[in-house]
Amino acid sequence: MLCRTAGRIVLFAVSGLSHLIRPPFHLRMFVRALVEMAYFSLPVVALTAIFTGMVLALQSYTGFARFSAQGAVASVVVLSVTRELGPVLAGLMVAGRVGAAMAAEIGTMRVTDQIDALATLSTDPMKYLVAPRLLGGVIALPLLVVVADILGVLGGFVVSTTSLGFNPAAYLHSTFSFLETIDVVSGLVKAAVFGFLIALMGCYNGYMTRGGAEGVGAATTAAVVSASILILAFDYVLTGLFFSQ
Amino acid sequence: MSEVPPKIRIRGLVKSFGEKKVLDGIDLDIMPGTSLVVIGGSGTGKSVLVKCILNLLTPDAGTIEIDGEDVLKLPPRARRAVYAKVGMLFQNGALFDSLPVWENVAFGLLARHRVTRAEARAQAGEILAQVGLGPEVSRLFPAELSGGMQKRVALARAIAARPELLFFDEPTTGLDPILGAVIDGLIVDCVKRLGSTALAITHDMSSAQHIGDEAAMLHEGRIVWRGPGTSLLTSGNPVVDQFTHGRREGPIKMELCD
Repeated sequence: MLCRTAGRIVLFAVSGLSHLIRPPFHLRMFVRALVEMAYFSLPVVALTAIFTGMVLALQSYTGFARFSAQGAVASVVVLSVTRELGPVLAGLMVAGRVGAAMAAEIGTMRVTDQIDALATLSTDPMKYLVAPRLLGGVIALPLLVVVADILGVLGGFVVSTTSLGFNPAAYLHSTFSFLETIDVVSGLVKAAVFGFLIALMGCYNGYMTRGGAEGVGAATTAAVVSASILILAFDYVLTGLFFSQ
Repeated sequence: MSEVPPKIRIRGLVKSFGEKKVLDGIDLDIMPGTSLVVIGGSGTGKSVLVKCILNLLTPDAGTIEIDGEDVLKLPPRARRAVYAKVGMLFQNGALFDSLPVWENVAFGLLARHRVTRAEARAQAGEILAQVGLGPEVSRLFPAELSGGMQKRVALARAIAARPELLFFDEPTTGLDPILGAVIDGLIVDCVKRLGSTALAITHDMSSAQHIGDEAAMLHEGRIVWRGPGTSLLTSGNPVVDQFTHGRREGPIKMELCD
């Protein structure tokens, strides 16, 4: 059963991706998906990132104080945010917000015959509904993660310099001297993969919706849960690929 | 003398869902420029029949020819060309919630005819006028319309690209009798004006008599009767008589649970 579902999801993804390289292209749908995923997710991702950075600075300071390593707070904050927390938390937030909305919208279209109507109007539903969202996810998440990285580090900076007694210039110097390109790039690659997974699970569960309102509700739940689990699983895999010795 | 080939020719169409055989060898011809109404009880496979013809469901067996081409065997590109001639009015309208009325109506024009959005909007306004809707409706969203207005918009969308083939799935379901008659009248007008071939499915007897040049009865997966639309109430076929007169007793047995 699990293998069959996984196979269906892979075939669905391949079909969706194949429409990205074959015209016609639905630019308006792509822009709509990008705005929905990136612009309207900004507040929730920004708040999550800034508070995470603040908590991270506070926790690492109190923890490191036990073995007199408070000076590592800046580097821990920046590495944790760029490598891990930025992409994962942004991914989970967007999965809850956008993945659910995608599944609900496409699922409602399925149960009200709107997807069949698309087909009768010479429009391939995979090309019109799925492909633009997949591309939108791949582009939107990295953009959000850039913002999350900046705000996460800023949150740590604010707490460290206002509450924990760090010198601002020394904190920033410590932050950037430990940061390497691979830390940011790995986070952005993760974000692109997570964005794809969120859009894929939202579209797949919506597209396969059966039944009425109950089916749409089930599809929405499945989209969020499956995307969240896949984000965490792929996070482990990608971390292994980027950083294992 | 050359014989005119049917616009749609269906032979031996079979479709099952699990153990349940919904269509069990349908044979059906629809001649160009005529309208056929298929009647039948709820769950007898009327919508499945239309969805098979429209390639929204894949039949288990049988052939479906449109203009002499077996659409089930056509490559995707050729199949798309055949279905570009089709318009469909869905039972619940199936209007796109996220698009305003004019864009719903112009959707097929934009997809098929590569017109500009300004041209499509102007044409949508003209088509909406044909179904009795004013320009003020064009910028509203489907959720802001009444059920009758949604049906009219759905009809406008179906006819917008001047299709050669029109399908109507329960066009008057959920409407009051007067509004139902208005929609029936609009359908007859549109089909005549376009010269299209039409297939409607319904269990509304009044609608069936108005819309159809011919009528056919679908029962237990087969066409059990076919005749002029005007003779529906006097067919002499016991299955059709029981259905059209709404009799409890007769050859049609309803499965009722305790």
